[in-house]
Amino acid sequence: MNRLQEVTWKGKVPLAEGLPASPRIRAPQKRINLAQVTWFRPLLLSRWPQFLIRCLTLAGSVFTIFAGLFGSPVGSHNFAIIFVWIAWWTALKLAFIPLGGRSWCSVCPIPLPGEWLQQGGTLEKRRHRFSLNLRWPKRLRGSWLQSSGFLLIGLFSAVTMTDARVTAWVLLGLFGLAIGLSLTFERRAFCSYLCPIGGFSGIYAKTAPPEVRVVDASICVSHREKTCYLNCPWGLYPLALRDSSQCGLCLECLRSCPQDNIAINLRPFGSDLGWSRQSGRLDDAFLALVMLGSALAFATVFTGPWGSLKSAAFAIGSPPWGLYALGFLAFNLTLMPGLFSLAVWMGSRWSGQKTQLRRAIGNQSQVLLPLGLFAWIAFTISFAFPKLNTVLSVLSDPLGWGWNLLGIANTPWSPDLSGISSILQVSILLAGLFWSASVAQRLVKASDRGSLRQALPILAFCFLFTLAMFWLLVG
Amino acid sequence: MMHKSLCRGIPGWRWIVLASLALLITVLPIPANAKAPQARTFHVQASRFSYRPAVLTANPGDRVTIELKATDVVHGLAIDGYNLETTSDPGQTARLTFVADRRGSFRFRCTVTCGNMHPFMIGRLQVGRNDLLWRAAGLAILAAAAGVWKERK
Repeated sequence: MNRLQEVTWKGKVPLAEGLPASPRIRAPQKRINLAQVTWFRPLLLSRWPQFLIRCLTLAGSVFTIFAGLFGSPVGSHNFAIIFVWIAWWTALKLAFIPLGGRSWCSVCPIPLPGEWLQQGGTLEKRRHRFSLNLRWPKRLRGSWLQSSGFLLIGLFSAVTMTDARVTAWVLLGLFGLAIGLSLTFERRAFCSYLCPIGGFSGIYAKTAPPEVRVVDASICVSHREKTCYLNCPWGLYPLALRDSSQCGLCLECLRSCPQDNIAINLRPFGSDLGWSRQSGRLDDAFLALVMLGSALAFATVFTGPWGSLKSAAFAIGSPPWGLYALGFLAFNLTLMPGLFSLAVWMGSRWSGQKTQLRRAIGNQSQVLLPLGLFAWIAFTISFAFPKLNTVLSVLSDPLGWGWNLLGIANTPWSPDLSGISSILQVSILLAGLFWSASVAQRLVKASDRGSLRQALPILAFCFLFTLAMFWLLVG
Repeated sequence: MMHKSLCRGIPGWRWIVLASLALLITVLPIPANAKAPQARTFHVQASRFSYRPAVLTANPGDRVTIELKATDVVHGLAIDGYNLETTSDPGQTARLTFVADRRGSFRFRCTVTCGNMHPFMIGRLQVGRNDLLWRAAGLAILAAAAGVWKERK
């Protein structure tokens, strides 16, 4: 965790954070600081572009809720289903996260109303604020709640993703929760600790190019006011950032730094991965495993030929759903963590590593991130490609009331992409496995007594996962 | 020894080997068990949100007839990659006849909105061996090896 409030940081922030603990230090990678690009800098410094996009996404959310509540109950004719689960969910996994990390968080409308009440203003903090500003309970910190939220989504996904009214109520619930937490706790408690999409974006943001870092650490150390920390809605201190999982790219640190010491970097993909960490925390490892397991479980339920499984997932509250829920939770809470822990333990034993198992699991979980992200992308292709034509038709008839506003409501365009999508899915999964294997080898190099034996069981785990995804998606 | 020193002299020889193996796995023809084409008829029941049977297996060249019978509401059946489609009213049987001239695994999907899980009402037509799956498994071994080699310098 990088959260400043979780460490007694004043004067103690280690300047070597972000560098490997191992004596084998990797060569620094090239970065492009967008804040120094002349034509781009004004766009980053001004709050208006981001605010306007957030207003648009807020309007879109309000319309989505309206469409969900009052539009057609037929999912493929309702803006709420098509735009949330086909357009947005696909764009998040295919573009926002792989290219922009937590870029969606920077324009997400869900915290906007709560933040407005909490801060007394949207662009700047004002006097009249409505929040108790309590600190988030220490025992609830970390990404455990986000993992639980994602599992909860998985349990109810068959209904949430197909019923427009449920989608609308879920959105309303998320807005209500974000407002409630903003009125009770300081800063963006909902985004930092509860939002399952934040957890999803955050864990995979480690693979993406954007990063917020300080230019010169010594300037931050000598700067007494810490305006970046005071103005960060997420409660982060840029000097203490070790990776990009927590930063929501709101850029308030850039705007408030009087020393112009914040860099908004574009870096090579996966720059956060492959460093040996000293932390023994397991929350991020658990989140990575939940994401990986959920990709497999979703692919099984939604793209497999097992109708009874689909019916069970949909019949919430029934005995078959109970069995489905039990299987889903057992798979994600027991089987996946158990197999991965076994692989890490075998690797440590085999290579003669003395590292504590907890720490080894935390470290090796980085290997799962590229494969997990690419598994989600591959699953999304099978899930969204056959339905892309509905995006055009709901634009013309968003409520499913028989309108034809743009004249494209009955567009027959329905390309058969099955041939391409199978090859695309295989290629994407292969790329994910390749990347994960290279992260595993980087970790071998970063460890003191590293040998390939350490990585082999973990590579076997990743290989078996890849085979399972192949079988489900193109088998 | 000589082979080793020769390999060391070629920059990126490992990549050349890996790329050659990848190419081999991708394009090498796999001998198929040639079986005489025959006529096959599948009686498929469609009910919310499943086909029974959900996996249909045929050999390349078989003349396949699918008799689709919807048991609750109207259901359709369209086969990816074959550009074929039919629709069945409840209790009625619709027929689809074609020659399975394309190898591989193909999804078939319901084409008539039949309820919430309609987009996921999916079955599978398996024509011969699924070469893509086997080739993908072979390439996965190479991908893992390549990922390790990339970082071994």
